[in-house]
Amino acid sequence: MDAIVLQILNGLDKGGAYALIALGLTLIFGTLGVVNFAHGALFMLGAFCSVALQKLLTLSMKVKDPSVTFFDAYKQIPYLEIWLGDTGKAIIDYAVPLSILVAIPVMLLIGLAMERGLIRHFYKRSHAEQILVTFGLAIVLQEIVKHFFGANPVPVPAPATVAGSADVGALLGLGSSVIYPWWRLIYLGFSLVVIAIVFAFLQFTTFGMVVRAGMADREAVGLLGINIQRRFTIVFGIAAIVAGLAGVMYTPILPPDYHIGMDFLVLSFVVVVVGGMGSLPGAVTAGFLLGILQSFASMTEVKSLLPGIDQIIIYLVAVVILLVRPRGLLGRKGVMEG
Amino acid sequence: MPIFDGKFTRRRVLQSGLVVGAGLAAPMVMRKRAWAETFRNDPGNNPNIVFGWNVPQTGPYADEGADELKAYQLAVKHLNGEGDGGLMNTMKPCSLKGNGVLGKKVTYVTGDTQTKSDAARASAKRMIEKDGVIMFSGGSSSGVAVAVQSLAQEMGVIFMCGLTHSNDTTGKDKKRYGFRHFFNAYMTGKALGPVLKEEMGTDRKAYHLTADYTWGWTQEESIKETTEAMGWKTVAAVRTPLGAGDFSQYITPVLNSGADVLILNHYGKDMVNSLTQAVQFGLKDKMVNGKKFEIIVPLFSRLMARGAGDAIKGILGTTNWNWSLQDEGSKAFVKSFGQEYGFPPSQAAQTCYVQALLYANACEMAGTFYPPEVIKALEDFQFDGMGNGPTLYRGADHQCFKQVLVVRGNENPSSQFDLLRVIKEVPASEVTYDPKIFGGELGPYKV
Amino acid sequence: MQDNTPRNDLILFACFSIAVLAMPLWTAPFGADYPDLLQKFAIYGIFAIGFNILFGLTGYLSFGHAAFLGVGSYTAVWAFKLLTMNVLPAVLFGVIFAGIFAAAIGFLSLRRTGIYFSILTLAFAQMSYNLAYSVLTPLTNGETGLQLRGTDPRLLDSLLGVATPDGLPSPNLFGFELLGYPSFYFCAVMLIIAFYLALRITRSPFGTMLRAIKSNQNRLSYTGVNTRPYAMAAFVISGMYAGLAGSLLAVTDPLAGAERMQWTASGEVVLMTILGGAGTMLGPILGAGIIKYFENIFSAFNDATLHSIFGFLPHWLSDPLVAVLGLFVGDGWQLTLGALFMVIVIFLPGGLMEGATRLIQLTRRKRPDGGSSEDAAGSRRAFHAGE
Repeated sequence: MDAIVLQILNGLDKGGAYALIALGLTLIFGTLGVVNFAHGALFMLGAFCSVALQKLLTLSMKVKDPSVTFFDAYKQIPYLEIWLGDTGKAIIDYAVPLSILVAIPVMLLIGLAMERGLIRHFYKRSHAEQILVTFGLAIVLQEIVKHFFGANPVPVPAPATVAGSADVGALLGLGSSVIYPWWRLIYLGFSLVVIAIVFAFLQFTTFGMVVRAGMADREAVGLLGINIQRRFTIVFGIAAIVAGLAGVMYTPILPPDYHIGMDFLVLSFVVVVVGGMGSLPGAVTAGFLLGILQSFASMTEVKSLLPGIDQIIIYLVAVVILLVRPRGLLGRKGVMEG
Repeated sequence: MPIFDGKFTRRRVLQSGLVVGAGLAAPMVMRKRAWAETFRNDPGNNPNIVFGWNVPQTGPYADEGADELKAYQLAVKHLNGEGDGGLMNTMKPCSLKGNGVLGKKVTYVTGDTQTKSDAARASAKRMIEKDGVIMFSGGSSSGVAVAVQSLAQEMGVIFMCGLTHSNDTTGKDKKRYGFRHFFNAYMTGKALGPVLKEEMGTDRKAYHLTADYTWGWTQEESIKETTEAMGWKTVAAVRTPLGAGDFSQYITPVLNSGADVLILNHYGKDMVNSLTQAVQFGLKDKMVNGKKFEIIVPLFSRLMARGAGDAIKGILGTTNWNWSLQDEGSKAFVKSFGQEYGFPPSQAAQTCYVQALLYANACEMAGTFYPPEVIKALEDFQFDGMGNGPTLYRGADHQCFKQVLVVRGNENPSSQFDLLRVIKEVPASEVTYDPKIFGGELGPYKV
Repeated sequence: MQDNTPRNDLILFACFSIAVLAMPLWTAPFGADYPDLLQKFAIYGIFAIGFNILFGLTGYLSFGHAAFLGVGSYTAVWAFKLLTMNVLPAVLFGVIFAGIFAAAIGFLSLRRTGIYFSILTLAFAQMSYNLAYSVLTPLTNGETGLQLRGTDPRLLDSLLGVATPDGLPSPNLFGFELLGYPSFYFCAVMLIIAFYLALRITRSPFGTMLRAIKSNQNRLSYTGVNTRPYAMAAFVISGMYAGLAGSLLAVTDPLAGAERMQWTASGEVVLMTILGGAGTMLGPILGAGIIKYFENIFSAFNDATLHSIFGFLPHWLSDPLVAVLGLFVGDGWQLTLGALFMVIVIFLPGGLMEGATRLIQLTRRKRPDGGSSEDAAGSRRAFHAGE
């Protein structure tokens, strides 16, 4: 029982991450009709927003280690800590939550720049060319990051108060062995909040209404004399922010390296397509579904029945769903079927 | 019978093909006979020789590859008599004179393995076919090492392995033209065993998370063998997909399994991720069965461990070499490397540098670049002063036997490089094993 | 397409054959004249031609073609291990098994179109890769890759009394060892045959039907044509091309690794095809050549090589030049490749062949419409047909 609860929790948590990553991708698909292979790179850039902020906050005074003579080995004492004492320490400790504030404007700018500078010119081009150009962009972006931050993963710890685990068992009245890391619970909550905000925005604002109309029928909206172009730019910016935030919050769970975007790229495409092209609720549902199934497939009991099932579960589910439901869970007819 | 007829005609076709083929191949064979000692990429009268540095320059091990490349460049400098000579001053016995190798200046070419067998072999073939390398070296993964080593055997060019820890490299996949200085999973088990016994007792329940490919399996097997021999029980050994990223679904079952030790048979990025996440799940300060829960990472890499941040503090593991060692060889190498590049060398850098020097030294000893002679010089070569104590390059499987370091993640590092504390230097005799246990066939000297 | 007369095709084919066979000569100035890279050019050329038969003609974008490459490789190595070191059975079985595998995957995947089809193929390929890497290790030897061993049975060889050498045997063509350049020429001949077949397929009524699928599948269905068998045939043929390429990889280098099936490998052939120009005859081969050239030659430059190249310049000029260029070669070769993708697709819609056609048009104003430009324009229309 405890094990099941843990795996459900774990699946929800994974699902939150998948849904968050897929959300922006499906938004771009649905509105702009662009296959964005640079979406993983946006996730990666978000993660490196928090790396960069952490590096900035921990700019340090270097105290040389006298026992090492042939090169500079030093202990680092961050200036913030020297100047502000415990307050400084606390600021550094909260680097990841703080980088959310940094990531929103940065990712918005990156998104706008990408759309204005590149993506816009590819609306009318073939999907194949969109793939080539965005894939090229993704490689260039990750090579730039590699140049500045190296190829190894960079540790970005969560704030100390939530670095440990929560006794979920006690909260739910279950056994004491049901513990779960605080940060993962926060991630789950965070992803739900972001998803809710995006949905509310699209549902309850005029802007959102136009975008949804654009998703349904771009040409008709254009004929109504609405400047759909400007809204597309903003949609792209929003998608970039969502992807970036997913990246920022993921850093304590997975120390980021320059390649992290590519690792998530295929997965996010699978989630989006399983959910159904152009469907936001579909992407979210598929994210949670795949997360939970992946968790259960990794249980020793399941693995001993079906060896290797955890390796292929996501793809297997994708195949089954796409064969049973032609347009994924909640896809609409005619979107990206040609 | 018609079937026989068919076979017969087919056979005749094959035979006539063989005759034609033999006719075409004859001139080559005769040439081989005429000069018994011709070999691929013979430098002949060329004043230079070329080494090939085949390291991962892109992909997850790019930083490790960059470190390896730096070590090789340093080795070339030293061989050519530039710089402070590095380990050539401390190596015993040493036939190197600092005038290149056999009087020929050493040059080098580089290539990118991408940590993929295909790319690594393509890159190695370029070095052999186009650049005419006499020896090549490098790499950061066992899969690549095994793949490239078999190419070395086919092509008749010696390959000095870089970082590879799988038992297979000098076990069932060993090759006459491949040599490994780095230690292996079996030695890790042997070295770690007594320390584990001392620190954690004999009544422990271990849970393995193992990267689901050959290196992970050999390590799991080796560690299991050691720990079970001293009385530990293995609760479960769960295979995880390579590059899983999030390991949480494999870690949650550990919580309820009753195990009190978690052994992470992961390397590189997988290790960083699984360790970080295991610590987040509170495994480091958990109490089970009245004992403190322990995490073990059998193969540590300082470069990669940095990615796990504070999570590595207090974690036990083994490593091939660490820059904090105080013997003459290690000090000399850290000095040369540190002064050249401004930071200490990693274990990958050390093994690559030593491999380059050992090959050059063997050429000097053999007095020729002719691979079979160089191989014979390397086989059963005993040396000291290279940083791991007295070392034997065993001829039976081309594996080096030397000290293995048991290390612990440093609780209170004195600098950014001071991540691992050496707690025991296990002598070579304790990790030596019978080459027969892994099987395998070295293959011929002449190809 | 008045340009695609049989006479023009014959000229194209003849020029292509000569260019392929003379490759060791004209690649020398680029530093690519060594057997392994030439083999790779030929093999990945075959892979890309085959991919183009599916993608360029029908518009079905498969993201899992590497699986067939991998199956071809594994089959070929097993043929070496179990039967004989002669390459013909290896190639034959490689193609057949890849074809069967493609038929199975195609049967399921072709029930869907557009991106749904792409993701289905991707999912199948990723499952194959993950399983080959782990639980199928007895069959694939996992991470290390399937290799030859001295103890392999090689039934046919032992039946025919072929002597086993001291070390490992090498692949041969009826006793003639295929190593180095002979091995390249074997691949080159295969490439020429593959090109010829692709040319015939493209120009045949079957090829016209495939292009019709791409330009408007619905219209075809309305006229009562069942497009599935045609798409299926194209999928299997292109899978067999991939199998051929895979088995040739094993012929030139008898080792098969699982990463040949990874999505990055599938993505690579997609990039090759688009880079060169989807739907054109020569484009995919050109794209394959460029990507392999970058991977093997650009990655091998280091600062020392750059210094020797620019050694004629004074130091104050050469040092910063080397420092800047150093970012784009060696460990930065992927940066150059990524930038190249962007530049080409931004400035040459339709890929390199489109660019070449435009260039020809600029210089020869008299013949305004080349065949390939029409193909490319068609492909662009087709992509938007479904939206």
